[in-house]
Amino acid sequence: MMDAIVFPPVVLGPLLPTLIVLAAAALVLLLDLGPRRIGRELLAAVALGGMVAALLVTLSRWGTTGRAFRDMIVLDNFALFFNVVICYATALILLLSMDYLRRSGNDSAEYWALVLFATAGMMLLAAAGDLVVVFLGLELMSLSLYVLAGFFKRELASGEAALKYFLLGAFASSFLLYGIALIYGAAGTTSLDRIALAMAGRTNDPLFVIGLGLLLVGFGFKISSVPFHMWAPDVYQAAPTSVTALIATGSKAAAFAALIRVLAVQLRGVPADWTALVWVGAAATMTVGNVVAIAQSNLKRMLAYSSIAHVGYMLIGLVAGGPDGVGAILFYLLTYTFTTAGAFGVITLCERARAEAVDVADYTGLARRHPTLAAVLALFLLSLIGIPPLAGFVGKFYLFGAAVRAGYFWLAVIGVLNSAVAAYYYLRVVVLMYMREPEGAATSCVPSFASGLALTIALLAIVLLGVIPAPFADLAQAAVAPLLR
Amino acid sequence: MPGALLSAVTFLPGAGGLALLLIPGRRRGVARVAALAVSLVTFALSLPLYFGFDRDNPGYQFEEYRMWMPTLGVSYHIGIDGISLLLVLLTTFLTPLALASAWDGIEDRVEGFVATMLILETGMLGVFVSLDLFLFYMFWEAMLIPMYFIIGVWGGPDRIYAAVKFVLYTMVGSVLMLVAILALYYQYGAASGRYTFDLPTLTQFVMAPGLAQNLMFLAFALAFAIKVPLFPFHTWLPDAHVEAPTAGSVILAGVLLKMGTYGFLRFCLPLFPDASLSFGPVVFALAVIGIVYGAWVSTVQPDMKKLVAYSSVSHLGFVMLGIFTLNQQGLVGGLIQMVNHGLSTGALFLMVGMIYERRHSRLVADFGGLWRVVPGFSALFLVVVLSSLGLPGLNGFVGEFLVLVGAFQRSIWLAAVATSGIIFAAVYLLWMYQRVIFGEITHEANRALPDLTPREWAVLVPVVVLIVWIGVYPGAFTGTTETAVEALIAQVQSKTSANR
Repeated sequence: MMDAIVFPPVVLGPLLPTLIVLAAAALVLLLDLGPRRIGRELLAAVALGGMVAALLVTLSRWGTTGRAFRDMIVLDNFALFFNVVICYATALILLLSMDYLRRSGNDSAEYWALVLFATAGMMLLAAAGDLVVVFLGLELMSLSLYVLAGFFKRELASGEAALKYFLLGAFASSFLLYGIALIYGAAGTTSLDRIALAMAGRTNDPLFVIGLGLLLVGFGFKISSVPFHMWAPDVYQAAPTSVTALIATGSKAAAFAALIRVLAVQLRGVPADWTALVWVGAAATMTVGNVVAIAQSNLKRMLAYSSIAHVGYMLIGLVAGGPDGVGAILFYLLTYTFTTAGAFGVITLCERARAEAVDVADYTGLARRHPTLAAVLALFLLSLIGIPPLAGFVGKFYLFGAAVRAGYFWLAVIGVLNSAVAAYYYLRVVVLMYMREPEGAATSCVPSFASGLALTIALLAIVLLGVIPAPFADLAQAAVAPLLR
Repeated sequence: MPGALLSAVTFLPGAGGLALLLIPGRRRGVARVAALAVSLVTFALSLPLYFGFDRDNPGYQFEEYRMWMPTLGVSYHIGIDGISLLLVLLTTFLTPLALASAWDGIEDRVEGFVATMLILETGMLGVFVSLDLFLFYMFWEAMLIPMYFIIGVWGGPDRIYAAVKFVLYTMVGSVLMLVAILALYYQYGAASGRYTFDLPTLTQFVMAPGLAQNLMFLAFALAFAIKVPLFPFHTWLPDAHVEAPTAGSVILAGVLLKMGTYGFLRFCLPLFPDASLSFGPVVFALAVIGIVYGAWVSTVQPDMKKLVAYSSVSHLGFVMLGIFTLNQQGLVGGLIQMVNHGLSTGALFLMVGMIYERRHSRLVADFGGLWRVVPGFSALFLVVVLSSLGLPGLNGFVGEFLVLVGAFQRSIWLAAVATSGIIFAAVYLLWMYQRVIFGEITHEANRALPDLTPREWAVLVPVVVLIVWIGVYPGAFTGTTETAVEALIAQVQSKTSANR
């Protein structure tokens, strides 16, 4: 008698946040098929509702660990923390997109659905307990983002960005996939837990080492660390600004989640020779990002290089390791997400000569015409520099603190010197806004309730995280501690 | 509630500043009055700190302690002792004067200006009262931004260059201090098992002399030396002082520079005593170079504001000299000299600003014979100039005398060279005074200059009163510092001898 095929019990609980997001995406697409009278606002509202629901479910599951599909999905505190970051990122971006899409004449249901699909991919990445799910999440996220990057169909640059992003992204995905295949060859499994068991004692297996290297290349591309950062400036500059914000925040956070989990779980108890590699990567990433940002005249491109630099700072946490270092990355991602989404949010609101104000020079004298908006942008930039009492300072403090604790003084020194370099180009924007008089065509600001709400949330968050960071940083450390045990 | 007095003094200006920024529909006149009122109330609140101060207690007073980030060992710990008391008072005293001096000078975005000044005051006070390294660093960094705006938005023609230079210079210095703070934190934590940023706790820690202590000292010292500024880290100062609006220069010279010298006293000496001793001669020599160099460069300045700016390099050299004598006279002298410099140089900037508002020139060559035109101005200017060059009977003498007494015990030769700085001070200040005030009226435009207005009298008289008061009866001020200085010296000696 043959053995009956035993299906593992289907537990959907751990997938619930992701499922809610996917359901919202499906609902958006369905509603779009309905009568034409359905307002565009309704679609956005449904998408937003989906994100809020996902956030609430995420928060309600805090402290529990759910595993599903033979540990392919692990919704532990670590994943939940990232879910919170991702939910906030997406919710802010949905709010910022509402007016932005209408003004640019690209308002359509696919946009909301694609943002939600990308978000579902990010959540899957954060909860992935298996390399196959890592790949699945990464592709769901990336493919949605490729399309979104080219969403402004009438703009050549947008199409170019999408094509570049797609070609290089596909290249990186294949590296990742090849790495997964090699690791599977070495370990005989793709489950992170079981890889750790299988490889214990023979971590120098060349297949495994090469596979791991390829995996790092793939992740390096997704988080845009040097030398895999080349795509980022072009894509950030030409993609719709709201999409740029999503790529810079949500997708980066999700890729970091997978990277941390793979390195932390899979390499548990393995001699840490990859830290030297990451050390060099961190130093190179922050230095290249900051130095090249100085030379940029396009604000979106400048923020792209700055976001590369911030990845460098976060890699410091990975080098330092331990709950301190990795917890610092999580906290930094939280602060960075609000700050970056806010900074890009301000850009979506500014127009000059009937086009989006993307040039640094477009912001000349902004404080005269729109004092509030200028002040908001200035605060986001100051937080990116790391000026207390804003969130960016505390984020850096935790990262550098972890590095010093682990004995990486020089990496911390490189990091702090880099943040002094960064002050120069962020302050250049402040100089233009506050210290020069406006000239030429006026830069106008298009106020909208939804964007105002998004900016207010982001602003409150960076002040709150800056003044009382301890509870959040403690949560971040608590979330990674079980992973590293 | 006496328990929160120091917090009230520290945060009232900043809260007032934020309120001014956030309340919509304000008018500039209202903003000026409101800001001045806030700063005056702050000054009034700070007076009980002086009168309630126990001079025989070497420890911290008016302390407040609350846990802030328990897992990290960060606390909201503030307090003052004899070292910081006078600096707190100097800050609360100079800010209303600076605001009043800008009454007519600042016309553009007045609400923003007064609010920024108030926020800056909170930043400066926070630096002086913080007894937790994390808290201190937050104030230290945060304070940069309002000053940056004051120079960059309301400054002179080259204001943007000066503002950016100021921020970048200071920032490069202070970020390394952050690494040193973290290193100290973990070193103490590893040694004692208790992780804390609390300053009084950390000063109990006897660190082994050697490379680690030297590096930490250098990181702290670089941040402070740039702020002081100690030669050769002074190049940001002339730009920032000259381009800043008058009120900004007053605060910059009067208070901001003291944050550097205060840092040496509060952090470098007690935390890294061995390194302070071994690097002492270097700092000593740099201070003397600064004294002489600053004086020489001042002598040849055609621009009065630049002259005053370079004179700060010279005067702050005396303060550094006093601190690194590491003896009672030198340290007390250095502390009093900080206050003196704040008053005299603050007043000099105020007066140069007043004359600039009338004539739109600061060049010495554009003036002459002002005594006949503006006798009131000239008389007060004379008092301030004499105070700045250290005439006995006025405040400057007390500080410089004590510093030199202390310095002679260390090195007769260096002290002798430093003394020449006083002579040069007389040269550049009196020569400038002579060319500007005495002689014939050389420019027709100067004939119709109006004398001081009542508002300007009100700004200057309090400073002159203090200048004379400290000069005649220094005990009222040195008395508050002596116990704390004795305790500091004893601490440095016990910690260095523990390692021998």
